[in-house]
Amino acid sequence: MLPLCSRVLLSHPFSPMSLMALREQLNMLVNSMYIEGLLDQQFQQLQMLQDASSPGFVAEVINLFCEDAERILTELTKDQAVVDFQKVDAYVHQLKGSSSSVGAQNVKLACIQFRQFCEENNKDGCLNALNVVKHHYYLLRNKFDTMLQLEQRIQAYDSKQQN
Amino acid sequence: MSSSRGGNGRGGGEGERQIHVLAVDDSSVDRAMIARILRSAKYRVTTVDSGKKALELLGLEPDVNMIITDYWMPEMTGYELLKRVKESSELREIPVVIMSSENVPNRINRCLAEGAEDFLLKPVRPSDVSRLCSRIR
Repeated sequence: MLPLCSRVLLSHPFSPMSLMALREQLNMLVNSMYIEGLLDQQFQQLQMLQDASSPGFVAEVINLFCEDAERILTELTKDQAVVDFQKVDAYVHQLKGSSSSVGAQNVKLACIQFRQFCEENNKDGCLNALNVVKHHYYLLRNKFDTMLQLEQRIQAYDSKQQN
Repeated sequence: MSSSRGGNGRGGGEGERQIHVLAVDDSSVDRAMIARILRSAKYRVTTVDSGKKALELLGLEPDVNMIITDYWMPEMTGYELLKRVKESSELREIPVVIMSSENVPNRINRCLAEGAEDFLLKPVRPSDVSRLCSRIR
């Protein structure tokens, strides 16, 4: 949860918050995500791949991840009456892969648990595991949304300064 | 499918041809990652999302210097793609690297036995790629 003052400032998009303050807020958010286990070291790898020649890279990958995750979660939510364990496992394997690639630690761990239930052909376990994955995914997405908004504001500020 | 052909084009700073890597992965996230890693190492990259498309491209454009492919893909696995490449007289010289999120010794050995140049564990890092490409040059 962002501290109160940050929440207020974020709700006023034209408030003249300094570039430094924006960067500090972004750092605080990302640090809290590491501490809470939402992100792992792989996210740092992602950040390091972004540079002047590829300034939108992190945002691009986050967006691809979210599209992919939501597509998979939608598929998994269908037809819960009869569970096709192999098919479900294939989807969860995909989600585990992409969450691992972006550094989405909690989502990845939840997927690993989920696959365990698939392997055991445990229907209730799978249904529960799906809820756990969703829980972690939507928490993460929320924070990613804030992160990207902050990044956009920082980049807009940067380009304004240059004009 | 995406290609950076229009950009730097051929020829690195030393007058050498840019190394062209074909990256194959059904995951859009992983395609973006591997493409970025390869491009920041100055390689020309073409990405496709399946083994079938990889073979189509290879049939048209034999200027691919290296193939890097995910192992686990629907329809055609990276292993199957590797076999097809190594069975082809036109393509067999192209080094093929397999990527996988799973560390399965049997799988790794089978791929290496089939002629894979290397086997990388995902998530792939820039250091994995530079280590690789320096051997392939």
